[in-house]
Amino acid sequence: MVVQVVRGFYAVAYAVKLCRPNVVCAYPITPQTEIVERLAEMYANGELKDCEYITAESEFGAASILVGAAAAGARTFTATCSQGLILMSEVLWNAAGLRLPIVLVVTNRAMSAPLSIWNDQQDSMLMRDAGIPQVYVENLQEAHDVIPQAFKVAEDRRVMLPFMVCMDGYKLTHAYEPIDVLSQEVVDGFLPRYNPPVYMTTKNPLTFGSYAPPHCYMELRVALQNAMTRAKEVISETCREWAKTVGRDWGGHLVEYFTEDAEVVAVAMGSLVGLVRDVVDEMRSRGRRVGLVKLRTLRPFPVEEVRRALRSANKVIVFERSVSFGYEGPVAIELKGALYRSGNTPEVYSIAVGLGGRDVPRALIVDCINKVIEGRIREGFHFEGVKPFEEVLAP
Amino acid sequence: MKALSEKLKVSLGGTSGPFGSRRMKTGWWGTEWPKVDLEKCTGCRLCEMYCPEPCIWIQDVDRKRKAVVDYDYCKGCGICSVVCPVGAITMEVKEMYKV
Amino acid sequence: MKTYFGPGHGACPGCGLAIAAKTVINALEGRCFVVNPTGCLEIISSQYDRSAWGVPYIHSLFENAASVASGIEVALKVLGRKDEGHVVVLAGDGATADIGIGCLSGMFDRGHNVLYVCLDNEAYQNTGNQQSGLTPTGANTTTTPAGKLQPGKLQRKKNMPEIAVAHGAPYVATASVAYVPDLTRKVKRAVEFEGSKYLQVHCPCVTGWGISGRDVIPLARLAVETGLYPLVEWENGAVVRVMKIREKKPVEEYLKPQARFRHLFTHPKGKEVIGLIQRIADENIRRYNLLMGAG
Repeated sequence: MVVQVVRGFYAVAYAVKLCRPNVVCAYPITPQTEIVERLAEMYANGELKDCEYITAESEFGAASILVGAAAAGARTFTATCSQGLILMSEVLWNAAGLRLPIVLVVTNRAMSAPLSIWNDQQDSMLMRDAGIPQVYVENLQEAHDVIPQAFKVAEDRRVMLPFMVCMDGYKLTHAYEPIDVLSQEVVDGFLPRYNPPVYMTTKNPLTFGSYAPPHCYMELRVALQNAMTRAKEVISETCREWAKTVGRDWGGHLVEYFTEDAEVVAVAMGSLVGLVRDVVDEMRSRGRRVGLVKLRTLRPFPVEEVRRALRSANKVIVFERSVSFGYEGPVAIELKGALYRSGNTPEVYSIAVGLGGRDVPRALIVDCINKVIEGRIREGFHFEGVKPFEEVLAP
Repeated sequence: MKALSEKLKVSLGGTSGPFGSRRMKTGWWGTEWPKVDLEKCTGCRLCEMYCPEPCIWIQDVDRKRKAVVDYDYCKGCGICSVVCPVGAITMEVKEMYKV
Repeated sequence: MKTYFGPGHGACPGCGLAIAAKTVINALEGRCFVVNPTGCLEIISSQYDRSAWGVPYIHSLFENAASVASGIEVALKVLGRKDEGHVVVLAGDGATADIGIGCLSGMFDRGHNVLYVCLDNEAYQNTGNQQSGLTPTGANTTTTPAGKLQPGKLQRKKNMPEIAVAHGAPYVATASVAYVPDLTRKVKRAVEFEGSKYLQVHCPCVTGWGISGRDVIPLARLAVETGLYPLVEWENGAVVRVMKIREKKPVEEYLKPQARFRHLFTHPKGKEVIGLIQRIADENIRRYNLLMGAG
């Protein structure tokens, strides 16, 4: 066991190196740039064996290069966020339909306009419908550990889909934390060589990316849904296998914390979970029956797990790091859908905090939970931590 | 037409095998078909080179190399008749369209 | 009887793209990986379970063929499978000169060992003849129609071959389905070079240009003989070969048989545009020294 204090981007880059990628494609966008820079250094020093590092001319180009490489049988990786993610979204949808297991780290960053390089989870929300599994990590150790799991799930023959690992930009990518650095032996033992059932080769000339008229398009999309359904089980299975291999169990699709008797359950994704857990601990010690659900997998959405976790809650507070403008926080929308006709219809409070990197102080979380417990806030959607402002037409 | 009881094969990512198109006999498309005058044909292969399908091939006919049309696929575009340097190919209206 | 493309594909009778695609693939004897962006060729040849291809083939998106080809080339290199075949892009003019030019530039810039073939039928033909960067001056397309005021497209044809040369491509050439043996020779010559090669093939479109199958080859030859589609080869940045014009033809001979140019003979501004087209042809002849006996 080697414990090192590392920055988030290094934890990711090093884990990617251990997974022995064949093609890494880079295009810079804050705050993921350092991930691809560390990989470039490793490449320049000969530390990435059987790997080519390509500097693409855009995120769109980067993802497209990986489509070609994955189709030809290579293990592929890139990182992006925000504007880059939305630019390559066309290709990622294409890769999902083509069933190519490209692993992607999304360093969650706010969307333009206005321009913001700071953290919120708006960017990964827009990829929910594509047929790409999404997992949100809380800290650097989890980010480091999830990378090999991401490759394993993506390349599993029951899945064969791109895989998004979401980690909060700056808050995780640039943080310093001590982590147990994985060894090559452990990762080699856990992650087998990429062995796709079909790939482009002159020895077996296949046509990829067919055009499907109405008589067969639908079945191909049903197959995509089937793959996502199987991915749910494969993610849990892989998590359990990882726990056996390394001794760290990240809990599968979600982690329940004091939910059995909780009246009020907070739900959060990503780095915010750590703060909320701390607040929950403190409130429990003062007698408040609060609990926490750390939601890890947003797609495929863990309906049964969510229902079980919230079965005794009267009030659910979803701390959102994004907004579905015109409606409410997307995680609350998903949650409410899962709770429909489940036997429990708690009050759901969708509270958007920390957009565009706005700091979320501990006091704000405490205040929100107290407001809900004491009934001082109506059910539904709220922004919290907003300064008073007035809208004007011209500056 | 596939029988309704035959299940559609849905391959991973919608990949297809090679040459499935050969099941599509496009020969019925056009109103004309080329007729090769085997006497004039020199087997120069120009028709084979320029055919878009391709559906005209130089083959052994009576121990000579001559152009033979595959009428299963010929759409009657007329390119072979235009490029033939000795005028061995003429486009003729198909029987079914003759008055 | 050996072909690695077709028959049974859905191309229009007399389709120039089909001639070009077949020629390129067969010139490489099937030892190639084809990347084909969205367009006519893809639609007619890659329907699910009805593929016309006997080589490994991928259709990804409209604008990313050059990038996907780059990825395949890199993967083959890394996996030790470079000898399996050449990576070839067969892309339409819209996918090359307009929406895909960013990706194409990136591919040239990185110098991947890819043969990029632009099948130039001079518009977005698959969606019904909308203008592209390679649509020539004077053409009537649905987005540059000939109306009371406008006599068709007024901008010039983007000079993609010279853009490729400027990127440092080691082998760049223009070809035409009018001369299939010449096209075959150019394909074989191109793959002798290491790096990103660009080959632009003039492919008449019966439906979009408004011509019949029998006009395809004579018309493609006229395009060359008028000087409107010069057949030039560059190696390492310098012109090394051109196809000389035996007998120069006036541009009207090329324009008149095509429905897409016919308005030029009746439109009030038509004469002016024909004059402009003739100047373009003359400029090409001068620039590339296309006349027999000259230079």
